[in-house]
Amino acid sequence: MHIVIIFLQVLITILAVSTGFAYLTLFERRMLARFQNRVGPNRAGPWGIFQPLADAVKLFFKEDIIPSAADKGVYLLAPALAVIPALIIWAVIPMGCWNIAGDYQACFAAPGADGAGFYNILQIADVNIGVLYLMAVTSIGVYGITLAGWASNSKYSMLGGIRSAAQLISYELALGTAILGAVMMADTLSTREMVFRQAGLWFAVPQFLAFVVFLISATAELVRTPFDLVEAEQELTCGYNTEYGSMKFALFFMSEYVKMIALSAIGVTLFLGGWHFPGLKLLGEVVSGAAGAGVATVVVGIVSLLSFLLKVLVLLFLLVWLRASWPRVRYDMLMSIGWKWLLPLAFINVVVTAVVVGLAPEMNPLVQGIILLIIGVAVLWGATFLSEKQRSNLKVAAKAAVAPTGGRQ
Amino acid sequence: MQLLVQVIFVLIAAEIVGAAVMVVTAKNIVHAALWLIASFCGVGALYLLLEAEFLAVVQVLVYVGAISILMLFAIMLTRHVTGKGAETSLYQRWWVGLIVAAVLFAAVIAPTVLAHPWETATAAPALPGETGQPAAMAGIVDLGRAFVEEYLLPFEIAAVLLLVGLVGAIVIAFEERAARRHIPTLAEEVAHRRQPE
Repeated sequence: MHIVIIFLQVLITILAVSTGFAYLTLFERRMLARFQNRVGPNRAGPWGIFQPLADAVKLFFKEDIIPSAADKGVYLLAPALAVIPALIIWAVIPMGCWNIAGDYQACFAAPGADGAGFYNILQIADVNIGVLYLMAVTSIGVYGITLAGWASNSKYSMLGGIRSAAQLISYELALGTAILGAVMMADTLSTREMVFRQAGLWFAVPQFLAFVVFLISATAELVRTPFDLVEAEQELTCGYNTEYGSMKFALFFMSEYVKMIALSAIGVTLFLGGWHFPGLKLLGEVVSGAAGAGVATVVVGIVSLLSFLLKVLVLLFLLVWLRASWPRVRYDMLMSIGWKWLLPLAFINVVVTAVVVGLAPEMNPLVQGIILLIIGVAVLWGATFLSEKQRSNLKVAAKAAVAPTGGRQ
Repeated sequence: MQLLVQVIFVLIAAEIVGAAVMVVTAKNIVHAALWLIASFCGVGALYLLLEAEFLAVVQVLVYVGAISILMLFAIMLTRHVTGKGAETSLYQRWWVGLIVAAVLFAAVIAPTVLAHPWETATAAPALPGETGQPAAMAGIVDLGRAFVEEYLLPFEIAAVLLLVGLVGAIVIAFEERAARRHIPTLAEEVAHRRQPE
């Protein structure tokens, strides 16, 4: 019985995520069109809702080519290595709380209560090292891209592959260290308990600095626009997937967008309170009083899922917005942002969190959150100030290098 | 149940050893790196079989997610792109290496094997998790405490060793950079071109 339930959970999650991917592409294209004063795809069906279907059919019927000089095994392995991590990441993310034992209060009960996580069908696996699992799976996502770049036996792909390896390793550190701050606040690595600890104050407030670092490095991990040197169209034609066509290209495309949803979901789980929504417990109590605990469970389940999806959608919109508004960074700037700014900021955040939490573990969470928020904003402001100063210094230095000759006679 | 666990163990062990053999026999160095990753994943699975979840995930995170990708990166940067270079991966007297490796391995493993009190009782251990809650095990909190209390010295020595390696790598990189021809920045180039006038 348990195996059947788990199988259904996995199947539904994968189908939902694939559909989400298809409609995310439409969402992004329509939004980008909006940002750029265009209309966007609106021909296939009302508001273009059949566009993803049309795209899928087109990709399916394209000719499937393997370059003759490619390393065939690795070439075929790479798309799979890209997609699998993007899908298995969903195993530990609590997408809501629908307790099939009919006990909605278990969702709000302290962690450690008997089987509360086990009966929640909106989370596939409740492992006690969930956050670490997320990190590990994110870190193996780089192989798909890197190996695709190598196996294609093309210079463009190769350059894309090397860039991706360097970029993803650099930003993984900042990403992990930012997550560490949230883990220290929650005092646990289980995603379910992470969400439980955010019933009151979301970690985005006390861990504001970590949240900012997380968002930037997550965008870099996704190799999306300000950081998309890996597939920079103007320089590398298409980077690592230059030599891929048909469904193999679609798999890379899919992995990118599924990862985009997944990282948004991780951000929601770790920083934006997961499926929590103000008044959710009250709603459960009211419905339970009016129609019984069984109905309350269903209502809490659906509302928590919707609240989770709403938060994910907000982060997805942010990513699309970012893509519409920012030009691509230069390669040396990419490295300097990752190593010289984000990583130290994340380390400062870890130290500050450790000192504040360690000095007064019994402090009121709200007071603690406000203290941490003020420190975080101050540090961010200082970093912005420093980087502005560095930039103006560079400009002065560049002018000074040119100046001695004066104007041309 | 016991038998199933043993079958799974044998499969995983075979995968680890097979992948490890492929690492040293593969002609293409990128393929060798990939086999190494497969071997690391197998070790992670073995930890999972031993219910050491934390160790399993850290194995994947550190070895598969960080170290192997660095290797691939280094290969891609330094080697000929197609990687057809490595011709002789197995030397003539490979059996000497085999014997040395076997003796060293035995030297490491023998004290453990001889000193360990092997349990021969056949009673199956009670399976935890009837209520769906995984049984409490030595978690990361215990591990962390052990690192800063009982095993502080080995932990610190390992940390210093890594730091030394890091500093060494940077020193070598800077020496190479100093030896290289100076590449002027754009500003210097502009200044240089304007100089003659």
